[in-house]
This record gives sequence, C-alpha cells and structure tokens, in this order.
Amino acid sequence: MKSLIQKLVETPGPSGFEYVIRDVIREEIADAADEIRVDALGSLIAKKGTKTEDGMRVMISAHIDEIGLMVTHIDANGFVRFTNIGGINPLTCYGGRVLFMDGTQGVIGIDGIEMGKLPKLSDLFIDVGATSKEDCPVKVGDVCGFARPFLDLGKRMVAKSMDDRIAAAIAVEVLKQLEQTPHEVHFVFSTQEEVGLRGATTAAYGVDPDVGFAVDVTRSGDTPRLSTKMATALGDGPAIKVRDSSFIADPRLVEWMIKAAEEAEIPYQLEVLEAGGTDGRAIQLTRSGVPAGCVSIACRYIHSPSEMVDSDDVENAVKLLVKLLSEPIDLG
Amino acid sequence: MTKNLEISAGKEPEIGTSQIALLENLCNATAVSGDEHEVRQIVIEAIKLVADDLKVDALGNVLATRFGRGENRVRVMLAAHMDEIGFMIVKKHEDGLFEFERIGGIDERQLPGKPVLVGREHLPGVIGAKPIHMTTTEERKKKIDVSAMRIDLGPEIGDKVKPGDRATFATRFTMVGPSIRAKALDDRLGVATLIELFKHAPDNIDLLAAFTVQEEVGLRGARVAAYTFDPDMAIAIDSTPAYDLPHWDDDDENDRYNTRLDAGPAIYVMDRATIPDRRLVNWLVETAAQADIPYQLRQPGGGGTDAGAIHKTRSGIPSVSVSIPSRYAHTAVCIARQEDWANTLRLLHTALSQVTPDLLAGERRD
Repeated sequence: MKSLIQKLVETPGPSGFEYVIRDVIREEIADAADEIRVDALGSLIAKKGTKTEDGMRVMISAHIDEIGLMVTHIDANGFVRFTNIGGINPLTCYGGRVLFMDGTQGVIGIDGIEMGKLPKLSDLFIDVGATSKEDCPVKVGDVCGFARPFLDLGKRMVAKSMDDRIAAAIAVEVLKQLEQTPHEVHFVFSTQEEVGLRGATTAAYGVDPDVGFAVDVTRSGDTPRLSTKMATALGDGPAIKVRDSSFIADPRLVEWMIKAAEEAEIPYQLEVLEAGGTDGRAIQLTRSGVPAGCVSIACRYIHSPSEMVDSDDVENAVKLLVKLLSEPIDLG
Repeated sequence: MTKNLEISAGKEPEIGTSQIALLENLCNATAVSGDEHEVRQIVIEAIKLVADDLKVDALGNVLATRFGRGENRVRVMLAAHMDEIGFMIVKKHEDGLFEFERIGGIDERQLPGKPVLVGREHLPGVIGAKPIHMTTTEERKKKIDVSAMRIDLGPEIGDKVKPGDRATFATRFTMVGPSIRAKALDDRLGVATLIELFKHAPDNIDLLAAFTVQEEVGLRGARVAAYTFDPDMAIAIDSTPAYDLPHWDDDDENDRYNTRLDAGPAIYVMDRATIPDRRLVNWLVETAAQADIPYQLRQPGGGGTDAGAIHKTRSGIPSVSVSIPSRYAHTAVCIARQEDWANTLRLLHTALSQVTPDLLAGERRD
C-alpha cells in the first residue's frame, strides 16, 4: 500500500485543480469499480455493488484536493506574490519549495526576516529564478502546491498532502478489497474540501445517499507537551468521529462503528475535534438530511509540508471500512 | 407575455444615451438587501416585452427566460444582483434622530457626515458628525462606533420613518467625462449589463437571467434562483473594486490592486467563494483575445459573487464571474469607466454568441 500512498501524496492537486490526481486515482480503480463518473465540480465518483434488501446507498467521501497557492501579481523584478488556497500558515512557508501545475518550480522567500516574528502571507513571495516580469514563467492565476517527497519512516509516514490523500489511498484500497456488500457504495473522491467542502456538497446531492461517511485526517494530541486538546494519538487505531466543529456524527452510526470495531478486534479511538471540519457536514446537510459519520486518521503537523501518520492506523482503517461496508447498517 | 423580436434579434448591444439613462435610474433607486422593490420594478419594466417567461420568486429574484432556436442549446444562467449595501433604521430617538445598523459590508469610518435617503419616500437625512471645533486630537485618531452615530431626519419627521426602513447614501448619478460617478455601481452596472444582454440574447443559447436579491448579505437570492433554473452553466456579472492607485505613504509597487480602471472586464480566477471552472475562464480569455476586447484577470483573493452560491447548487454548475471594475466600492460614491462597461457587455455578448455544447464537453480541467 505504501507505493500507492507515495504515488498519491506526491501528485500535485490544490483545490480546484484536481485533474491530475483525479486521473491517477481513476487509473487505480478502473478495474475494481462497477461504474465511474466525474461531476461538474470535478469529483470522481465510483460505484460498486448492488443494493440488496438489507442494503443502502452509501457514500464514502475522501477529498483529493490539498492546500496550495495562487499567483496574484508578478512584480517588476520577477518576484511572484500569491494568495492562499485553503488554510496556509505562514509559519510553514519560508524556505519551502513549490511546484506549479505546469512543472515550474520555485522557493518561498521573505523580505527582512525577523527572528521570532511570524510573517504575514503578504510578506512572502515565490522566487522562480526570474530576473524580470518579462522572463517570469508564471502568470496571475497560476497555481502551485508544496513540493516535498514522500518520507517512509517505517511505522510512520510523512508527506505534504497526507491531508487527505491518505484517505484517498484508504478508499482506493477499500474499493479494491470489498468483495461482498449488501450496499450500493459510491466512493467519492471529492474536490475543493479545503475551501469549504464544495465538491462533497454537489457530489452528495448527485449520489443522494441513505448514509454517508467522510474519511479524513484529524489532529493528534500526542506531541511533546501534549498541548493539543485532543484524545487522539498516532498508532491508537482509526478514529471514529463523534463530532468536529462542522458537524455532529449520527450517534447511531458512531455506536454501530464502535460495535463493529470491537467485534473484529480492530483497534479504534474516539475523536472530538474542536476546530476543523470534514465532508461529513456536506453529506449530512444534503437534500432532506443524511445520517453521516466519519473515520479519521490521526495526523501530526496538519497543513504543513510534513504531515505524519501511522501505517498501522491506515491498515486498520481499511479493515474497519471493509467490515463496515460488508454488513447491513444498523440505524437502531 | 408578448415578444418583440424586432428590437433584439442578432443585434450587437451597445452603450448609448438610453442605456446610460437606465443605469442612472438603477443607481438612484434604493434597493438595500431584502427590500429590492424599486430596482425590481425598473428591471421588469425594461425586459418584460422581450421575455418568453418572467416571474418573481419567493425571495424576490426576477427570473426571466429567453429561449433560443435550434437543437442542443446550452442553458446559460446569468446573474446580477439588484441589492446594494446600506442601512436599516433600528430605533427612534427624540428630535428626529434615529439609530441604525449597517446592511452588508460597510466600513464605519466612511459614515460620519454623509447625506442619506431614508425609506421608500427617499426622505433626506444625514449621518451626523461632531464638528472639528468640538473634537480633541485624540478623538480624531479613533474611529467612531456605529452605535454612537445617528441619522438626523429633523423634528418634523413624525411617524414617517420606522424601525426596519432602509436607507442609502444620497449620492446622485453623474457622468464625468469618461467616468460614471454614482452609488451602488455594485451591482447596478451588472444589472444594466444583464438587461442589455437579455434584450440582445443570442439565439444559440437559452438565456436564463436572474436579477438576484440579498447578495450583499450572503448570496442568498442566487442560491434559490440557481435551484429553480438548474442551468448547464452560469456567469455572475458583478462589479469589483479597483484599487489601482499608487502607494502614497511609501514607494512600494502596489501589488494588491484587485483590478484596474480602463483595463476592461475583470475575469475571475478565484475568490473566497468560488474557484471558477477554467474551461469558462479560458473561453472568456480566448474570446477577448480573438475579438480584440481588452480584459484583465482579477487578482485572486477575497470577496465573492453570486457564482459562489450558484456553482454549489444541486449536482454542481460550472460557473465563472466577470466584473466591471469600480473604484471606492461600498462607499458613498464609486467611479467606473463607461468604456469598461461597454467592453464587458461586448465580451459577454460575443462569448455567449459562440457557446456550443462543446464548451462543456468532457471534464472540468485546466
């Protein structure tokens, strides 16, 4: 699975510009899915299984976009000013390298850095090696993502876009491994999550599911000073979301997921995320409302170019989702 | 509805005396979000003779359709918002003084000393300010909170003004050489443009015009309008700030101008509400280049248009925005150029005349 993960995390795909990563995933799932389509906002929607008497139409959403930058201005000396696509912390930018969709590379610089002072995004610029406005290879509206190779630390894995390619990798794997299901499952590889759950909003309307699940990363509370108010830790298993600041998971689904994990002896942890949202909200608020839940992977350093997850959590998330989708859903 | 195809079929729209007179009426009308009645009446009057279908929906949007001819017509929704930023009367005090609140995004520093028109009768008032004679240096450095301001309508006002009444800046429309100087150019310029496009609708498409309400308070009208129309694609026609002025306090290059006057229609590549479908961005850019129409890419960043609500409707609608640049947006007076307006109209009309299903064939991509 690591080679799949590496392929997915190293592919660029800032929000709104998911066409490359979409093609990569489409190729991965082409043989395993019954039907594949792309909606107006670019989400890839793969159907698998036929709804039986005990079955439901189920949506699984993993977003394929990542945070990135868009060019706002090229100055007289060829320096590139930019704005953020999604939540970019200036702390993670200086000295970073970026990759434009056309392959152009650059580094992020700053004027007069002051020790101990956090820059604003407007203090930063991208230097693509140009000497003037005229020889600058990028233009206003061009898009780039952070460039950082996949790092395999054995049990732990690091990449620029674990949020949320790790979930895309999990969804691909579940789609491939799922043999028997009473459900009609729609795997949605959604777009534009980082700018407001937009892809999942239109995809959920189109799929019109009976039940939906997001798969995403969540914060972890296990860094040295334990100062993040989170119960989740890397290696403690996939996290079953109880709530985040965008939605409250359907308690019947939470209970059903816990029971399934315990039955199959898959480690799990419970997640309460006080600042952050997922596609679960978009699914839940679709049409007349949809019972929705979320399986999360605890992740350190979210929205930095080095997001870290635990490989066992990833494997166990696949196991848990395959089990969940192989059985009827108990809504109590 | 009767139709008068004679006045419309195939003709190029242009900006002349009657279009400017219409814009003047639109700008001088009061239509603060949630009470767009005055502008709605002007719009209906202007388009009713050419509309194949025309209705006002539950939120007050004007939804008008012109059907094209032939097979495989793309259903294109064009949206321009009728509402403007302004004020609402909240509480009456003695001597004709009224407490008020802002509707939409208004910088409170813009308010003291500004004349306003209150209610449907456009009663003249002023947002009072403390004269310089009475203020200290320290006071003049601080901004004044809206709760400490009053609209002064005079003691004779009686019961003519009530809580809930809207008010706008009192600025009247003027042409100054090549410039349009008025309040509410955001988005009466868009409304006037959409009226002309509707009157001169190209017959290769079905033109679904939405004159929307409540954009300034959260794109509310466009959301339900898009649900009703369920179009194949959409364009929001709006007005966006031009901050194309030098930095007077330092010598730095101005790298955050958003748009520039005289540089033509501003095509969006990203704002806070929408990442437009690049097929549509490229279509507009290529049309402008081929037809030799000046255009600019609006700097990506903040702000939002009706496209933000439209593109997320139902299963998703490919959308883009085009704006007419205007200086000093959301203040008492904006300045735009007639030529930018004319070029926006030309670009949109030319581009729409070339729409075929091929534009949307295949998938969203760069």
